[in-house]
Amino acid sequence: MDELLREFLTETSEYLDTVDVELVRFERNPNDSAILRNIFRLVHTIKGTCGFLGLPRLEALAHAAETLMGRFRDGEQAVTSRDVTLILATIDRIKHIITELERTSVEPPGRDDDLILPLERSSGGPGRRGIDPAILAAFDEPEAQPPGEERPAPSPQGAAAAEGADAAAGTRQQTIRVAVNTLEHLMTMVSELVLTRNQLLDIARRQEDNTFNVPLQRLSHVTAELQESVMKTRMQPIGSAWQKLPRLVRDLSSELGKPIDLVMRGADTELDRQVLEVIKDPLTHMVRNAADHGLESLAERRALGKPERGTIRLGAYHEGGTITIEIADDGRGLDLAAIRAKAIARGLAPAAEVERMSEAQVAKFIFHPGFSTAEAVTAVSGRGVGMDVVKTNIELIGGVIDIHSEPGRGTVFTVKIPLTLAIIAALIVSVGDQRFAIPQMAVLELVRVRPGSEQRIETVNGAPVLRLRERLLPVMSLARLLGRAGAKEDDDGFIVVIQVGRQRFGLLVDAVFHTEEIVVKPMSRKLRHLQVFSGNTILGDGAVVLIIDPNGVSRILGAQGVDAAAFADALAEMEEEREEEIEATALLVFRAGGPGQKAVQLSLVTRLEEIDATRIEWIGDRPFVQYRGRLMPLVTAHERLVIRKEGMQPILVFSDAERAMGLIVDEIVDIVDERLTIDPVPQRPDLVGSAVVRGQATELINVAYFLPLAHEDWLRRAAVPNAPVRTVLLVDDSDFFRGMLAPVLRAAGYRLALAGSVDEALDVLASQRIIDVVVSDIEMPGKTGFDLIESMRIDQRTRHLPVIALSSYISPAIVERARRYSGVEFVAKFDRGGLLAALAASIDGYGAAA
Amino acid sequence: MSAIDPAISASAVDDGIQYVTVTVGEQLFGIPIARVRDVFVVGGLTPVPLAPPEVRGLVNLRGRVVTAVCMRRRLGLPARERTVGTVMAVGLEQGDESFGLIVDGVGEVLRVPADTREPRPPHLDGRWASLASHIHRLHDRLLVVLDVDAVLSFDGDGGGG
Repeated sequence: MDELLREFLTETSEYLDTVDVELVRFERNPNDSAILRNIFRLVHTIKGTCGFLGLPRLEALAHAAETLMGRFRDGEQAVTSRDVTLILATIDRIKHIITELERTSVEPPGRDDDLILPLERSSGGPGRRGIDPAILAAFDEPEAQPPGEERPAPSPQGAAAAEGADAAAGTRQQTIRVAVNTLEHLMTMVSELVLTRNQLLDIARRQEDNTFNVPLQRLSHVTAELQESVMKTRMQPIGSAWQKLPRLVRDLSSELGKPIDLVMRGADTELDRQVLEVIKDPLTHMVRNAADHGLESLAERRALGKPERGTIRLGAYHEGGTITIEIADDGRGLDLAAIRAKAIARGLAPAAEVERMSEAQVAKFIFHPGFSTAEAVTAVSGRGVGMDVVKTNIELIGGVIDIHSEPGRGTVFTVKIPLTLAIIAALIVSVGDQRFAIPQMAVLELVRVRPGSEQRIETVNGAPVLRLRERLLPVMSLARLLGRAGAKEDDDGFIVVIQVGRQRFGLLVDAVFHTEEIVVKPMSRKLRHLQVFSGNTILGDGAVVLIIDPNGVSRILGAQGVDAAAFADALAEMEEEREEEIEATALLVFRAGGPGQKAVQLSLVTRLEEIDATRIEWIGDRPFVQYRGRLMPLVTAHERLVIRKEGMQPILVFSDAERAMGLIVDEIVDIVDERLTIDPVPQRPDLVGSAVVRGQATELINVAYFLPLAHEDWLRRAAVPNAPVRTVLLVDDSDFFRGMLAPVLRAAGYRLALAGSVDEALDVLASQRIIDVVVSDIEMPGKTGFDLIESMRIDQRTRHLPVIALSSYISPAIVERARRYSGVEFVAKFDRGGLLAALAASIDGYGAAA
Repeated sequence: MSAIDPAISASAVDDGIQYVTVTVGEQLFGIPIARVRDVFVVGGLTPVPLAPPEVRGLVNLRGRVVTAVCMRRRLGLPARERTVGTVMAVGLEQGDESFGLIVDGVGEVLRVPADTREPRPPHLDGRWASLASHIHRLHDRLLVVLDVDAVLSFDGDGGGG
């Protein structure tokens, strides 16, 4: 075949697919001139090329269609559904001629007056009138042999259609099939090239002579890029398989007399070409089924009070390293009773068994060969071939198909295709001396864990877990999973946090390297039973690496009972504690006035001292000690504590620039890092609260209570005995930041209310809770801190509340804006000291004003 | 990594069958040459945790991933004391999958006259019996002909391949 002609054919069939889609869109939005211009341009291009190549039939058809579209474009004529049908029919004819052209290299003989005349008539000839409905009816049946064409030996219609379809697919497949094979070969070659390059680089490294370095480096870059490009060329957006669907649905819609909307999401989800080819037909079939069986008739929908327009939704997305495609309709749902009856009638299973089956099991019968429950066999579907073929095709590439149906609400088919054949980004990790790849798609984050560090593996009932923010994460050691009895302890390394569906878990590995684009190769049949692996790949350095299957690991975890359910209780507990959940705090643990453990935040303590008891002096009933050239007042940490008369007396020194105080304790026990969950202790102003430290109930002392006992003016606020504890409303959208600030404020003696957004904050303010001061982040998604302040200023009850605005960056504009509101103090977000000072000042000021 | 050229002894005129000969332990085995894709040196074996013991690992053979099957383990023989020199494998194909059968050594391609063919001795060890299709009497020793599909059919296959 002429090279030019071949190129024309390939290009034209691509154009025509686009025109199909665009026309359907256009019919919906007849005023969208952009779509129209696009269609016009495509048809115009086809016409121009036809003339050039000497293809009179095509040229005449394209010309007539172009003329009509030109009138739409110029606004000379309103678009009618009829006109669009006519143009679509013309495009079908053009396709048919192209198919023949491809087969025989010449235009088939025949005339197209049946189309051209109505087109011309539509284009506003003076005698414009309606198109003969018989003609339109003929176009609606695409399998019918186009009229006006003389076939020397008419073949049976079905055969002709099949042949046409094959050949039509040939135009594209030819390119794709060749491309895939070539690409496969290219891929192998590139892999070889990479290996060779690596060897060269290795040799060059050991050579004294470095004249090769520059060209080698270039070679290295080019190779890497080449590898990447070759890998990428195998990918195609799933949208290309959906291209025909809008047209299909439109045709079905008019054929079945049901108005149908087709909604497509995730059309840019990329799939390997080979996978795409395999799922194209099953998808088309399922959409066809949804339109025919799934959606009710117009009358039925009206009677049920459902929207007249039925909706078919197509969605595609990547999930946990698989590609999920959903085909959903909002129709009647599966008629399970009919399916049961039919399954029994067909003898697919004994009646008793069928009766016992769950709905999900019953629904699966529709995948049985020859199973069709449609009462009337329509032209569209219901011939009893289909769903079994769909299932077979999907399973062929290792996919699974699932049905979910609700009576009266609709049916959702979920097709999951594994990565096989796909190219994915993978995280390369290692266990022992072996590397593995984990699909990046499933990886949420990486956490470094070490025994004794803040991030460490703990156990709940013997099962390893990681506390990750507000959640307990089940952890599985990859080494254990792979049956490698670890000589090493299972608590040092990296946790790869993985999400599969709704399940989240951590996989412990020894080391994490980098992310690499990999071509997934299927596992050998001998190894396919291993749930842990989804395939293997060859890395850039030529090594074969196994790909971990997050779904498989999740299943194994589930089988071991380490699923979300096992952690439900613990999780619920964590959720409850959420307000109190805070970061680990360094604590000084001591005893005073009894065997119970007491603690104070280490950061507040200036020094630990042991003084000779004989050096303690008494002024009246108050003890003092000469300390660093000054007289330092001493206060006992507990009223029952007896100050020693001899030996060494341990004290904790608290000081600021001018003053110092010694807190007398019985014994300093330890310094520990602990995540504090503080429970308030009523009627005890000397305590911040109680918490579990090293497994023991521990009283956390309130330093602010003791300071004024030494120096009455140290903290004016606390000078009043039993001063009411002030409540701070902390507003920040970041869990992390709230968690970080909460202990600081609690330790400073404030009671806390927390809010994650402005709306939450306003709810708290509107509730009965008494709030003394509001500390709010300025930059929050949605409503900002300024919105909060403005809302507060409108409300009588909150108008005078002091506000401290936090901002992580300081711009003059923000400072200026904060100043416009009276009673608003501005503090940089990470300035704890500044925040505490501002809080103390604002509360004093507020107290004075009130 | 040189492929064995099937034309090596094609000059012979008799209708004998050609075998690629391999040794495992003391035994000489023959693999029908039509089933042999190539013979290669195994380098960079990636072990597969949890795999059946017969699978030694995966090998990158010029961009193809080949499953390396250990003939010793397949025959129930102990592992070699110490691997001397290179590890040799015979490339086989089954369906659309590539396998490498790891053997102790690869010998020449033999054309064996059809009349030396004998059924496998009835007292052959069960495991061996299942892997051998028949034997040939050579002038100084016996050649056990391997049934490639049987060799590649072991646990984990699911379908019994």
